[in-house]
Amino acid sequence: MKISYSWLQEYLDIQVSPKDLAEKIERSSVEVDSVTQPSDGLKKIVVGKIVSMEPHPDSDHLKVCSVDVGDDELSQIVCGAPNVAADKKVIVALPGSRIGGNVKIKRSKMRGVVSNGMICALDEIGFSKDVVPKEWADGIYFLPEDAKVGEPVFPYLGMDDYLIDVDVTPNRGDMLSVYGVARDVGAIYGQTPKLNHPQVEEVSSLAADKVSLDVDQELAPIYTMRIVENVKIQPSPVWLQIKLWNAGIRPINNVVDVTNYILLKYGQPLHAFDYGKVSGSTIKARYAQKGEKLTTLDEAEHELSERDIVIADDQKPIALAGVMGGLNSEIDEQTTTVAIESAVFTPTLIRKTAQRQNLHTDASQHFERGVDRGGVEEAVNAAAQMMHELADGDILKGIVTGATYDVKDEVVSVTLSRVNHVLGTALTLDQVTDIFKRLGFGVQVDGETYTVSVPSTRWDIHIPADLLEEVARIYGYDNIPSTLPSGPTTIGALTEKQKLIRDSRRVLEALGLNQAISYALTTKPKASQFMMRESAVTELSWPMTADHTTLRMNLISGLLDDVAYNNARRVKDVALYEQGRVFYKDSADQVRPSEHEHIAGAVSGQLVVDPLKNAKNNAIDFYQLKGIVEKYLDNLAINGEVEFVATDRYPEMHPGRTADIQIHGHYVGFIGQVHPSVAEMYKINQTYVFELDLDALIEMPKDMNQFEPISKYPVITRDVALLVDKSVTNAQVLAQIEKKGGAYLKSVELFDIYDGKNLPGGKQSLAYTLTYQNPNATLTDDEVNQAFEKVQSTLTNELGAEIR
Amino acid sequence: MTLKDQLDKIRQERKEDIKDVVDLKKLDSLRVELLGKKGPITQALRGMRDLPADERPSFGQFANSVRDELQGAIETRREELKKQLLNKQLEHEKIDVTLPGKPVAQGQPHVIQQIIDQIEDLFIGMGYQVLSGPEVEEDKYNFEMMNLPKDHPARDMQDTFYITKEILMRTQTSPMQARTLEKHDFSKGPLKMISPGVVYRRDTDDPTHSHQFHQVEGIVIDKHITMADLKGTLELIAHELFGDRFDIRLRPSYFPFTEPSVEADITCFNCGGKGCAVCKYTGWIEVLGAGMVHPNVLNMAGVDSEVYGGFAFGLGPDRFAMLKYGVDDIRNFYLNDVRFLTQFSKKG
Repeated sequence: MKISYSWLQEYLDIQVSPKDLAEKIERSSVEVDSVTQPSDGLKKIVVGKIVSMEPHPDSDHLKVCSVDVGDDELSQIVCGAPNVAADKKVIVALPGSRIGGNVKIKRSKMRGVVSNGMICALDEIGFSKDVVPKEWADGIYFLPEDAKVGEPVFPYLGMDDYLIDVDVTPNRGDMLSVYGVARDVGAIYGQTPKLNHPQVEEVSSLAADKVSLDVDQELAPIYTMRIVENVKIQPSPVWLQIKLWNAGIRPINNVVDVTNYILLKYGQPLHAFDYGKVSGSTIKARYAQKGEKLTTLDEAEHELSERDIVIADDQKPIALAGVMGGLNSEIDEQTTTVAIESAVFTPTLIRKTAQRQNLHTDASQHFERGVDRGGVEEAVNAAAQMMHELADGDILKGIVTGATYDVKDEVVSVTLSRVNHVLGTALTLDQVTDIFKRLGFGVQVDGETYTVSVPSTRWDIHIPADLLEEVARIYGYDNIPSTLPSGPTTIGALTEKQKLIRDSRRVLEALGLNQAISYALTTKPKASQFMMRESAVTELSWPMTADHTTLRMNLISGLLDDVAYNNARRVKDVALYEQGRVFYKDSADQVRPSEHEHIAGAVSGQLVVDPLKNAKNNAIDFYQLKGIVEKYLDNLAINGEVEFVATDRYPEMHPGRTADIQIHGHYVGFIGQVHPSVAEMYKINQTYVFELDLDALIEMPKDMNQFEPISKYPVITRDVALLVDKSVTNAQVLAQIEKKGGAYLKSVELFDIYDGKNLPGGKQSLAYTLTYQNPNATLTDDEVNQAFEKVQSTLTNELGAEIR
Repeated sequence: MTLKDQLDKIRQERKEDIKDVVDLKKLDSLRVELLGKKGPITQALRGMRDLPADERPSFGQFANSVRDELQGAIETRREELKKQLLNKQLEHEKIDVTLPGKPVAQGQPHVIQQIIDQIEDLFIGMGYQVLSGPEVEEDKYNFEMMNLPKDHPARDMQDTFYITKEILMRTQTSPMQARTLEKHDFSKGPLKMISPGVVYRRDTDDPTHSHQFHQVEGIVIDKHITMADLKGTLELIAHELFGDRFDIRLRPSYFPFTEPSVEADITCFNCGGKGCAVCKYTGWIEVLGAGMVHPNVLNMAGVDSEVYGGFAFGLGPDRFAMLKYGVDDIRNFYLNDVRFLTQFSKKG
């Protein structure tokens, strides 16, 4: 809400600049979005008087005006506005001026006639079209008769005021009015705002004879009405129009403008009905009935729900309660009798109606945040009195009440020690008393206990903690000391699981993969790819976009989206890992999925990008990624043998280049090449991926026994080259060697693979180095030879190997 | 010419020869020629027996000195030649040191992870636990126990991804307040914890909104925790993450689960507090929300709000990263462009 600085000045003696005031409000009350002056960016726009006017020789609609702009000579200005007229005071943009939209005005010629500037309409000097009164919408604006020629126009239009745009939090609905802000600013500066209270000049006939009210108090705890007769509808005086348009409200006519003015001033939404259009004399506040329709003032037709609250006469709804009036009871130029509604509606009902009908108005926003229940009467009185003053209306005697109750102060107690205990301050009894008083709260002190009476203007305060906030903000957060929690020492440390997750990230980073964080919400097909187990999907009931509907059950698909994003931008070398959650459901009936930590990687292009190498030859392959996974698993120190078992069971993976990863026989994940057709679907280059169940890895027993004394006895090595069928795997060979390797076989290393020409078809040559060592003695050649002999024969016997 | 004169001549002449040798092999053959068994010195020593007995010692001495001298000259020359040879080789081995270093693979933690790790480390040092909670949360924890009953305006449908009426994607890490409060045994000491994690909002992704982002929740509950403690703690975060010259200021705000509630601003990164377009000429940038835990939150979790109280805060690592590095589009964090990810590799 935009609060006028000059309006505030009517109630307070503010000694600081608008900017400083805004800063103070921000630090003590609510956020301030901006401080602006409507004349910002405008210059050399002055009052001019059209002295005489001639038709333009070459145009049927342009006029050549002689305008007094305060210079010695009259200025010739060409104007095309339909309402341009002699003797009127108008807005003149002089040559060299700057008008709305940052447009510069220069001396120019219009169809051959010199024009020294421009006569402006309101929207040409920065007014939003939404606030320009209808009568000025299609022409230039006429300034008051007493405007001084040659002076800047800004003061005549309220454009020299400063507007403080406050962004009010849901609890501070009281700050959505000038009175509310004045009270809070008064509390900040220790001033009591001089708020005026209306005297109502009534005629003798009774309002109650005109209207009776039938109100469901569940819907409207307070519902009152005043009747004003014999009003003369006309434009409001300029001072009132200025207050409205500076607040972003379009002036309409004196009656409607009064209701809006009261809203700005008191924060109480009012509605004015044309009494003449109301059928019967009973006005009801009730739920809408099935099938009822209402066209609101914005000319939109609403199909009403049985949960919407309406104001109705004896035949039809005449307003969407607390949101917007109906077109069928609108104030127009013929209106003579006005029914002014001043009420409080139940906030949640208004909020839901506004949502359902997608109609968010100033009124609905006020009711949603609550209004001052003690101020309903004063607001309707003030409105009636203004209609009397501005529209010559006769105020009928009395307020007609459909629902009301006794609004009492909220009494809350708090002790001084509690204040200081929670705030960490050393405030005195008097300091706190003073703060409560500045806020306009009643306060009684008994010992160190305050009994605080909070008026209805601050309906957000109910409990001692609310009072603490009041003390803190008025005392000033800057004045609160800075300390750290004292008390018993606690131990801060990561859990084992957290440590292992951190370690996992560090290891994979050290091995060259960058951490990615992808979206956990994806499409249903992608969520269901690369599955490590069976699971039902978890879908959002009301997703925002088709790309993010389903919770992922794998990390790889997100990483492939990332690879695709990179590949599409010609970034070919992508090495990523992600650590995060996947979401499984054992069956579709399970409502809430279980969450599991996974870790996955995707590498496309070169892992180590070397421009001096052939990119294709240097590209990632199965074994390079396997090396990364092996190193990672090795670092995790899981106790148990890691096995890579060929598999073709993942439809999204290359059937011949994929392995399940098992540790000690337990399945923990898989690794391999993304299936070419899946890669094509993702629009990515050849990519290798792995995914591991991190929770399982964390749970597995660890072998942290890292140290083994380095033997001083020499090692003896033997090399063996085998010619075997291509179907024989490295794992099979290793298993045989290890089985028969003997007590001193320390390690086996593959050092050559050859399957090129010179070999019989279907054969490959594998060469291994076997390393022997006795940790306690020097091995003899004989011992080694014997052991090696056994290995060779088992390879021949079991695998049909030809020893070369 | 006496034997001695002969030797002396050899000494003088051949010393020059030694200096002229330019090749190690030749030097070696010269050494054999001069000092070998058939060399002149050996010969001279052998011829000594023909000398009168009284001359022999002095001649012997002289011959030995000649041998030593020549040997020394050869060694010196050998060293010289070796050095020359090495220098030649070194010159030959000269490389272009301006050629690029060989690439190595080095991965980076995600920039948001870096910020989360930094926050975790700071709080671990102050005795906080680090806890993580479910991303698919119950309405009860996400809202109700955070003092947001069903009809509360702050939980409008459009902000939340629901799975069913009661199950949703958590919109904040605050449910971890309720979850830990419910479990904590206060007889064993205060509750001090932070909880980092992913949260979700029903938002359209644009430069400043993401349907997925991160939060770090923090809560301290004990018998004597004050707003001043909150202020001091928030200052520490600012100093740790951004540097000592950054100040914190608190402003009143509103969250259903804290009372008083504050928003914390930090000195503007761009202008250092002088005022600029980034901070809308205020010198301050809003970075997090905090407050004193609302008594309803404590009571609903079974903690006596008359005895216990404390503060809570929630901060956004995404926003911190954007501010710290001037990243202008939050989507960068989730698209994982390698060129983006690898920029944040500077330590310290």
